[in-house]
Order: sequence, then C-alpha cells, then structure tokens
Amino acid sequence: MSTETKVTAALDLAKIRADFPILDQEVNGRPLVYLDNGASSQKPSVVIDALSRYYQNDHSNVHRGAHELSNRATELFESARTTAAKFINASSEREINFIKGTTEGINLLAHSFGRKFLLKGDNLIISELEHHSNIVPWQLICAEREVELRVVKVNEDGEWDLEHFYSLLDSKTKLISTAWVSNSMGTINPVEEIIEAAHKVSAAVHLDAAQAAPHFIIDVQQLDVDFMSFSGHKVFAPTGTGIFYGKEKWLLEMLPYQAGGEMIKEVDFGGTTFNDLPFKFEAGTPNIGGAIGIAEAFKYLMNLDRVALQEHEDAVLELATNLLLEIPGVKLLGPRNNRAGVVSFNIEGIHPSDLGHLLDAQGIAVRTGHHCCQPLMKRFNIPGTCRASFSIYNTKDEVHLFIAALKKAIIMLK
Amino acid sequence: MASIKEIGQELIEEFEIFDDQMDRYEHLIDLGNALPEMKPEWKTEDRLVKGCQSTVWLYAEAEDQKVKFYADSNTVITKGIIALLVRALSEQKADDIIAEDLAFIDKIGLRAMLTSQRSNGLTAMIQRMKLYALGFKNAAQ
Ligand SMILES: Cc1ncc(COP(=O)(O)O)c(C=O)c1O
Repeated sequence: MSTETKVTAALDLAKIRADFPILDQEVNGRPLVYLDNGASSQKPSVVIDALSRYYQNDHSNVHRGAHELSNRATELFESARTTAAKFINASSEREINFIKGTTEGINLLAHSFGRKFLLKGDNLIISELEHHSNIVPWQLICAEREVELRVVKVNEDGEWDLEHFYSLLDSKTKLISTAWVSNSMGTINPVEEIIEAAHKVSAAVHLDAAQAAPHFIIDVQQLDVDFMSFSGHKVFAPTGTGIFYGKEKWLLEMLPYQAGGEMIKEVDFGGTTFNDLPFKFEAGTPNIGGAIGIAEAFKYLMNLDRVALQEHEDAVLELATNLLLEIPGVKLLGPRNNRAGVVSFNIEGIHPSDLGHLLDAQGIAVRTGHHCCQPLMKRFNIPGTCRASFSIYNTKDEVHLFIAALKKAIIMLK
Repeated sequence: MASIKEIGQELIEEFEIFDDQMDRYEHLIDLGNALPEMKPEWKTEDRLVKGCQSTVWLYAEAEDQKVKFYADSNTVITKGIIALLVRALSEQKADDIIAEDLAFIDKIGLRAMLTSQRSNGLTAMIQRMKLYALGFKNAAQ
C-alpha cells in the first residue's frame, strides 16, 4: 500500500467534521463556514462527552478525600496530566501545570521567574509581533524589577529581524518570550534558532504556543525550550484550560505564583513550606473538569494521523492564500509562505470591519480588528486586518465559499 | 414631518421586505451613501465619537427649534447605521430626541451586526446625538 492511500484512508475529513457537532448549522441562511479558529476552536463530541461523563459520574475534589469519588477524580485529573506530558513530550508530569490559558501561563512566568531571576540591569526580549498577553505582563515585571524590555523588530514580511535580535541579545539577557506562531499574521518564528542563540548566553526561552499547539506536533525536549504556554480552547478543549510547561530545573527554583491550598506542604505561622512539583504552581481547587477535557482533546488529536492532518491544513491555507492573492487590491499581512493556520489581509480602500460584517451575513465567520496586536498594527500603519484562521476540519470547499463571499462583499463595498 | 416613532416603523417595514441578510446590508449601505455630505471642515477632533472601532464624526446644528444632524464614517456599514439614526432623529425637536428609546433599531433584522456595534459605539453615537439635543435645549432656555 502506498503512503498516499494510507494518508487518505487515515484522514477522513467527513468523519472529522462529524466529530464537531457545532459545524453542522446554518448562519444567516447559509451553511456556517467557521474560519475564526485562531480566536477559538470548536470542540469534538468526545470532549463534550468527557465533561458530561465526569460531572455525571466521577466528580469530587482532588487530592483530598479518602473516598471513592475523590479518588476517581484524582485519578482522572492526574492521568490528564500524563496525557498532557505526552502531548508535548515533556520528560515528566512534574513539568506540566494546568492553567486557565496562555495569558495565565505568561503571568505565572513573569511573576514566578521574574521575581526570582530578574535583577536590576538585566534585560528581557520579546518582539513586535507579540499578542498583548505576551507584552503587558513583561512591561509590568520589567518596571518592577528595573529590567530593560527589548523588542525585536519584524521586517516588512512580518518575520523576526534576526540581525536585530542578535544585536539585542547579550550576557544580561535573562529571558526571551515570543510567539511560536503569530496570531495576527500566522508567521512561524525561527524558534529553534532563537532557543539555540539564547542558550549560548544562558538565557531562558518561553514560547507562547497559543497558535502553534493547534497545528504542530510538539516536542519540548527536542526543542530544548525552557517554558511553554498555550490555551486549551484553541486546541479543541474547553475554555478556562491550558498548559504551562517548564523545565524542572527552573520550576524548582522559581517562586510560587498564587498561594493557598494545594500548593503547600505544611502551613505554620512560623513559616510555610511549599508543595512539590507540579502542585507548587496550582493553588486552590483546580479546574478538574477542564483538565479532563483538555486531555480528551489531546487524545483526540493524537489518535488522528497528525502528519496527514498537517498536510491537509497546509494545503487548505495554501489554497486560500493563492485565491486571495488573485483578488485585485489584496494585501497580505505577514510572509507569503512560512505561515501556519492564518491568512491575514486587507483589501485596498475597504475597512476590514465592513468585510467582517458582510462575510458574517453570508455565514462566514472571520475576525477583523487588531487581533490584540496593537504594536504590530502600528508597525504596519494599519487599523487592523481581516483574518481567516483554519483548523483541521476546514475544507477546500469552504475556502471556495469564503472567497466567493469575499468577492461579493468587495463588490458591495466598492 | 413624521415623528421619530413613525420613521422607526417605516424603517422596520423597509427592512422587512428583504429576507436575505446581504440584501438588508445592501439597503443599509444605500442609506449610508444617501447621507447628506458632511463638510470636511466639520470633521474635527471634538466631533469624533469615542468608543467606535471605526471612525465616526457627528455634528449638529439647531434650526427652527429642531436639531439637524450631520454624520460620516470611514466604514461603510457604520455609516449606514448612523444614517438610520440620522433619518430618525434629524430635524426633530430636542425634547423628542432626548426622550426617544430607539426601540426600532432592534427590529430591523440586523441583530448580530448591531450587537457588535452596540459594544463598539452604537450607544456612544446615540448618546452623542442626545447630548447635542440637550445642549440646544439648554441654550434655548
Ligand atoms: C499568540 C497568542 N498569545 C496569547 C493569546 C492569549 O490566549 P488566552 O486569551 O487564551 O489566554 C492568544 C489568544 O488569542 C494568542 O493567539
């Protein structure tokens, strides 16, 4: 059997679409075409069912009760952690923390790493293409610790200006935090190179993998990345879930984030000791149902032929890009190639928000605006873009519907 | 001159003719295009409506105890929405403008779009129009 046939057999798109019940509906009298996956992905039935099964049969608080339900909940919760470790190939569950999303992961890192390792005179590097959540926490901690926040410029194609990066990197650089994939342009950043360069000056690297996790097969050990955060809701999991990864050697040294129950070993008014990893960073009752949901989403993905999936996603994105570029007056934001999941564009003389409304009127869900990247919009001197973002369940037929709807919108708006 | 409520009813009926969302938008865009031109010198910083994602200017003059509105926007759809407001509120008495609840807006079948506009500035536009009316009313007293 050729690999060709194997791939087609493994990737049954109709079946994948049927796994996501929400997709089967009409919006404004047309079949829904959901191209706002960069904002949040939809959920497969297995995830929805896992949540409901948990609450119907197994719920109690974790790590506490000496009773059957609590034991079951604890088992499910901790096996979710094991699944998460497997999903990103972490070397141990101790390196996996459940968080409520990328934003919390970055705030955790800023707080717990920042207050321990950032000293006056140090510097920290981000880039112009970051999401606000990978900018503002660093502004706050840098101001507090009297640390310089350095910003790598992006070139005209929306890619890291590596020369500029190397000019910013020095022995006082403690941390580099950047998006693996840009949410507003889809640019895939050269993270391997960034990590290698950082480690040469003993700086740590945090990857905001919010837009990478839905598309890539992740191997934190192979990347040799120090920290990673991503949101569950963009990876087919419930909202309020996410994964924060950190190398054990860092996590052991870092300060706790929030304080309270679960994260302590012993509380005494003479001095409190903190719990071991991973509990040190998980104060309070965790989002147990959410952890079970995110693990189910990971299992769902890991059960698919992910190489074939990626090829499919790339082909859909490529088709969308090619058809877009045929439209007069279209201007892409970001590189022509080297993107994942996202195509971001403007049409000359048309405001992106007008496009968004007229696409919605035709059942097409996209996002318009600054995509929480105001500094990047300023860099390109635009108010925003129209962004179509794709997921595993989007089809080439949907791309054609999108392009046809876009052409109709343009005629109405010109 | 028809009352604000009567114009509101007129608009509801106009939009009811269309059963396709695109046709409703087309009509909205036509209304926007038909707005009387706002002179460029009227588009000053203080006439920008804050809270709108798109740029919106609003200006008003008092004429025979009535308020006449001028408006423009850099986006076509928002301009259509202001056109709805201008059609209903322009050349009405200040008191009537201040008292109006503009319930018709929710009944013209553009709910999804207006939901996003409501947080993005529809409320700010209405507020600005009422403020103009209030200003003229106070000045006249
Ligand atoms: C690149 C990137 N970083 C961070 C975030 C923030 O994620 P969340 O809002 O789920 O915390 C997003 C989500 O929009 C994103 O795309």
